[in-house]
Amino acid sequence: MATQHSRSAARLMMAPAVVLLLGWMLIPLTMTLLFSFKKYLPLRGGDLGWVGFDNYVRFVTSSAFWPSVLTTLIIVSGVLIITVVFGILLAILLDQPMWGQGIVRILVIAPFFVMPTVSALVWKNMFMDPVNGLLAHLWGAFGAQPVEWLSQASVPSIVMIVSWQWLPFATLILLTAIQSLDSEQMEAAEMDGAPILSRFWYIVLPHLGRATTVVILIQTIFLLSIFAEIFVTTQGSFGTRTLTYLIYQRVLESQNIGLGSAGGVYAIILANIVAIFLMRIVGKNLDG
Amino acid sequence: MSRSVTTQRKIINTTAAWAVGLLIFFPILWTILTSFKTEAQAISDPPVFLFFDWTLENYTEVQERSDYMRFLWNSVIIAGGSTLLGIIVAIPAAWSMAFVPSKRTKDILLWMLSTKMLPAVGVLYPIYLIFINMGLLDSKIGLVVVLMLTNLPIIVWMLYTYFREIPGEILEAARMDGASLKEEILYILTPMAIPGIASTVLLNIILAWNEAFWTLNLTAANAAPLTAFIASYSSPEGLFYAKLSAASTMAIAPILILGWFSQKQLVRGLTFGAVK
Amino acid sequence: MSLRVSMLAATAVAAVTVGGASAETTITIATVNNGDMIRMQGLADEFTAANPDIKLEWVTLEENVLRQRVTQDIATKGGQFDVMTIGTYEVPIWGKQGWLVPLNDLPPAWDADDLLPAIRGGLTVDGDLYAAPFYGESSMVMYRTDLMEQAGLEMPQAPSWEFIGQAAEAMTDKENEIYGICLRGKAGWGENIALLTAMANSFGARWFDENWQPELNGPEWTQAVTYYMDLMNNYGPPGASTNGFNENLSLFQQGKCGMWIDATVAASFVTNPEESTVADKVGFALAPDNGLGKRGNWLWAWSLAIPAGSDATDAAKTFVAWATSKEYTALVAENEGWANVPPGTRISLYENADYLAAAPFAEMTLASINAADPTAPSIKPVPYTGVQFVAIPEFAGMATEVGQEISAALAGQQSVQDALDKAQAIATDEMEASGY
Repeated sequence: MATQHSRSAARLMMAPAVVLLLGWMLIPLTMTLLFSFKKYLPLRGGDLGWVGFDNYVRFVTSSAFWPSVLTTLIIVSGVLIITVVFGILLAILLDQPMWGQGIVRILVIAPFFVMPTVSALVWKNMFMDPVNGLLAHLWGAFGAQPVEWLSQASVPSIVMIVSWQWLPFATLILLTAIQSLDSEQMEAAEMDGAPILSRFWYIVLPHLGRATTVVILIQTIFLLSIFAEIFVTTQGSFGTRTLTYLIYQRVLESQNIGLGSAGGVYAIILANIVAIFLMRIVGKNLDG
Repeated sequence: MSRSVTTQRKIINTTAAWAVGLLIFFPILWTILTSFKTEAQAISDPPVFLFFDWTLENYTEVQERSDYMRFLWNSVIIAGGSTLLGIIVAIPAAWSMAFVPSKRTKDILLWMLSTKMLPAVGVLYPIYLIFINMGLLDSKIGLVVVLMLTNLPIIVWMLYTYFREIPGEILEAARMDGASLKEEILYILTPMAIPGIASTVLLNIILAWNEAFWTLNLTAANAAPLTAFIASYSSPEGLFYAKLSAASTMAIAPILILGWFSQKQLVRGLTFGAVK
Repeated sequence: MSLRVSMLAATAVAAVTVGGASAETTITIATVNNGDMIRMQGLADEFTAANPDIKLEWVTLEENVLRQRVTQDIATKGGQFDVMTIGTYEVPIWGKQGWLVPLNDLPPAWDADDLLPAIRGGLTVDGDLYAAPFYGESSMVMYRTDLMEQAGLEMPQAPSWEFIGQAAEAMTDKENEIYGICLRGKAGWGENIALLTAMANSFGARWFDENWQPELNGPEWTQAVTYYMDLMNNYGPPGASTNGFNENLSLFQQGKCGMWIDATVAASFVTNPEESTVADKVGFALAPDNGLGKRGNWLWAWSLAIPAGSDATDAAKTFVAWATSKEYTALVAENEGWANVPPGTRISLYENADYLAAAPFAEMTLASINAADPTAPSIKPVPYTGVQFVAIPEFAGMATEVGQEISAALAGQQSVQDALDKAQAIATDEMEASGY
């Protein structure tokens, strides 16, 4: 097995990645921590001195804080549930024999290639617009009152837009997993007369556990920091202000760097709580 | 007995899959179609699907207003450069994690992933100040480095999962034959991992291409990629659906085409160790 | 530091290599993607032809993105831009900080005395002009003459809010997708709050009292916002809570609005037959009042300013002087017609017979601009300047959040009182955070 020599070589080879990421994490983090204890208002002259924990207290006691945490969690979990459930169904469907499988697969993965800004713009204007949007026309065709998506159903709308972007990713990973399913096992079950549902429940689902975990892990990492979709569509109105967006408002709109930095520290804490939580599950599932 | 499927079942599958596929693809299709309409047709009620006067005027107008090729070139350099750099840094790291694992390997891996959870907007101010001091604002090299760093954890992890599937015995054998570490990586490991590396490269090009926070906030004129290009069309005065569609199509077309051509490669490799 | 110097040197070398022997100066211009600015970009070839040693780099961005970029850059002295497109809100604040280059020494032919006094005043800090106005605007009522006639009403030159309410009711025909009134509902300090602050002024409300205490849940604000909600809920278009300037413009151009109270610059878009289906059926009136002696019209000027850190100040000044000159106006007139020249900045434009003949909205625009008084926006005394904004750095952030609360109320998610109570809390908190 690994010799002492290869161990030190391994450490050496790991070093660039670790050092780079450590720098990428620590340098801004240190500065953020520093700013978070200061009254730092660039539009009022910059650094106005130390204020202790004032910014932390102010950020967390603002009426926007807890709702933003809740919104973040709702959006993340909403997208996860939709992409995983539909991803599994879609993966099973795509695994079936059919004509033009390649083309269908191309159609399904296409949204993943679209920039978040573009997809938010397209959804907002061309689909969800209550007057000129396609959905409004569709509703109108059935004689229904058009839905004002981005104000009356704002969080579900954003969940939908983001899910559309991430569904291909989930589907692809789950599809690869399904394709690796031992077809003999399935056939045996089929021969034994196991009904479709129980085959799905006892054979397919357990097999997908690992892939699902991976999907959840990777998507969570990206979803916790979604920004463009909210910036383009609602700008944080109608209860769509996530923690990331709240920090954006403090840092860029109010130009209160101290307060925003304190918010950044909270976001890091939240991310780590989620991370630890995830690692527990993932760790178990990814072992071996 | 191989899985025999009745034609009837195949027809049902095909219909269902195509319906779902078209539904998912529809927003993109609609955007592309709208880009060939006039502004008035773009909002006509009821909407027109195919039978309208196809026109290229939106594309001409967008091109007149912004130098598309320059934005495109910047996107190519930034996405390509950051991916290349990331791969170079990540291969040795992933190698050592996969073949010389220690107790802390998994912790390091998970820690790397957790750095991706830092909210970019929270560290924008510090990064901006650093960039000013280093003269990196509005430079492609600055963005290449930043995007490399943001995606490095994903690259390392993906590569790690591929490398781990390569049987260690092959390497042992090579080592017995006196291959050096460098030779081992270069001539044995890398060729075996080509599909995995290809897929990692593709995924990261997509992620870097679509990154819209750093690319917008750290650029002005020289290094601005397609994400900045689209920001000048997002909500102009008056009717704009057709022009927006044209600009959107131009922004996503290159990566869409690349994605389609390489989808087999991407699909084969996109497992993140999900399949054992 | 040394790294920066060497980078600069490298850039200089690169510039020389690219530009050959001539000492070419590049200026980077950050601007909004509004129609007038896009036109300027198109006409800029004329400028570079006359000034071959100056190269222009354009950064054209959507308003929100632009504002975020330039504010970030100027606050950190990033030096990314040589010319910035900013408004009457930023200029006094940044000018006072010493972040902008004074423009007192533009060539005499530029004729600073020709600027409209209200506009010039808004861009001047302690006697120094810090930005050159590109186009100026106030707000006014734009209405459909045909629908007004159908309703059997006549729009007075200077309507009251009460009349606007009556007319909106009479013009609304939801079956045919005609909505009596379109107003901004999209959250943002430059969107719904611009309209509402100006409107509230005419109801006697103010953002802060003389001691900087917010008054957002006071009786005047409540009355103004309640009236606004009633108008929009009964006679407004669906989805009004996400409509900003652009969305309303597009609705009006499609003939779906009876009245629209918004920026005077919109007049040239709604009367342009190429873009508007109702071009020949639009009338104009002053922004409404409530019988208290103040009208709800605002004052704004998109202006070109030069950040103090720019390394090409002279070239930037040459460009700014060109883009805001009378010659530029004439150039646009020659290429695009008089109706499309950037309005609202110069006295001479409103004395030009060609312009007056081509722009039926000219007179009303001028009257609206002259009626706005940034130093005394409301009936009660205020400690701030600005009509539809408060010229303090904290305003943009807090007003956007306040705007979101009102937007949510318009969408029916909370009551007016709840929205205003929250708004009051937001403003109080923000003022405390910055030490008032």
